[in-house]
Amino acid sequence: MPAIDLSTTPLRALNQSLHALAEGSSETEWEVLNPDGRHAVAVGIDAPVSVDIRGPVGYYCGGMNKQATVTVHGSAGPGVAENMMSGKVVIKGDVSQYAGATGRGGMLVVEGNAASRCGISMKGIDIVVKGSIGHMSAFMAQTGNLVVLGDAGDALGDSIYEARLFVRGNVQSLGADCVQKEMRDEHLELLEDLLQRSGITGVKPSEFRRYGSARKLYNFNIDNADAY
Amino acid sequence: MCGIVGLFLKNEALEPQLGALTSAMLATMCERGPDSAGFAVYGQSLDGEAKITLQSSSPEVDFPALAKALENEIAGAVNLTQRATHAVLTCQRDELDTIRAAVRRLAPSVRVMGVGEAIEIYKEVGYPTAVAERFELKSMKGTHAIGHTRMATESAVTTLGAHPFSTGPDQCLVHNGSLSNHNNLRRSLAHDGIQLETQNDSEVAAAYLTWRMKQGLDLGQALEKSLDDLDGFFTFVVGTKNGFGVLRDPIACKPAVLAETDDYVAFGSEYRALVGLPGIDTAKVWEPEPATVYFWER
Repeated sequence: MPAIDLSTTPLRALNQSLHALAEGSSETEWEVLNPDGRHAVAVGIDAPVSVDIRGPVGYYCGGMNKQATVTVHGSAGPGVAENMMSGKVVIKGDVSQYAGATGRGGMLVVEGNAASRCGISMKGIDIVVKGSIGHMSAFMAQTGNLVVLGDAGDALGDSIYEARLFVRGNVQSLGADCVQKEMRDEHLELLEDLLQRSGITGVKPSEFRRYGSARKLYNFNIDNADAY
Repeated sequence: MCGIVGLFLKNEALEPQLGALTSAMLATMCERGPDSAGFAVYGQSLDGEAKITLQSSSPEVDFPALAKALENEIAGAVNLTQRATHAVLTCQRDELDTIRAAVRRLAPSVRVMGVGEAIEIYKEVGYPTAVAERFELKSMKGTHAIGHTRMATESAVTTLGAHPFSTGPDQCLVHNGSLSNHNNLRRSLAHDGIQLETQNDSEVAAAYLTWRMKQGLDLGQALEKSLDDLDGFFTFVVGTKNGFGVLRDPIACKPAVLAETDDYVAFGSEYRALVGLPGIDTAKVWEPEPATVYFWER
């Protein structure tokens, strides 16, 4: 199991080693020590490996991730898992603003709280936050799911398209064109699956409320529903 | 961008290390603000004494000349400690206004960076680590310090445009962000007799808080008021003789991290700034909430 100590190895060397992983490589478990808040740790991976980062990271950790499972045993700075394509990013602590921004796929699990703009412009990513999220979260969220076990700040889902938002706690306020929606069986099933995949037990899907677009702000055409 | 660091000590045993800790924090924020840097250090205040931090672009000529002229003026010894382009003039507190006026008259090219019982302010154009080294930040002692690395947006890269800004005794402010109503505010402050040195937006924020505190508010209350009156993006860290405050605007897009232990409160634009602090692994570390005043006082 490769263990990279960032206090002695340059960050670029770590990321290049991760990018150079050939298909079928046996080096599937990586450990990163002393990240000390560095930016862009374990970005742009495209391999089915797991990377365990021992300590807090700075901006953009796990950005553009494909296939890999990146776990931060600490907190993360702004833009964690930004534009993730697939795979999984797990943060054991809190995350700063715009976590999971523009993510197209994969799953982001935040075990602590997320600050403002969580899931901004999300495009297919699933984001599960065990704590609370800050203001302007899911702004212009296009598709994907945002699950929040705690509370949501002001202007949740402002100018939202077709992403689904599930909040268990209080919502401080809803943004423009975001409304509470009926929780149907299909949504309960979806939530059940999301909670299970993010390792959450003891929380029932029925405890959540669903929010989404009122479809008054953008030109929603039912013929395009399958695109989301 | 811009980088901010701040350290407010609760444990006296750390006071000899204040400069060294602040210097290490500042060094991590170089990329965020490579234009210029500055810091305010709140040292020990001696009873009845006050300090004036001066700056000159020709310190070798100006400071000895000023010291001599002042000695003639007051017919006594003048305590002037030079550090590179800056010098700290110590005097009796009741003489402060007289001395300050004398400095202005005797050495018009010398600028007053700050006055107070505890505060010393040093700032210059240059790479932050070089600036810190020039002023020997590492060797400074004190109770709290606030530092800034600047990437200029609103006004020129000059010594006076660097942070911190001090607009009242023992007060200072550093800013990451940009204000959009600073010109209007500068005019209304001028109506109330508050003169500003620069065209910089952050100086207006500092002067605004000074103005509010002159009206009798404490720093925490002044910061609350600023949420109504300042328009723009900001993360502020402010210092007074005994206090340390943090405020982010309601949008809060400028980064901020706070850490607290039994020994200190620390601020960094990023976690990187806090990595070297003693006991950071077990500290309470959090991102300050938008539009929420954080204020500590000893």
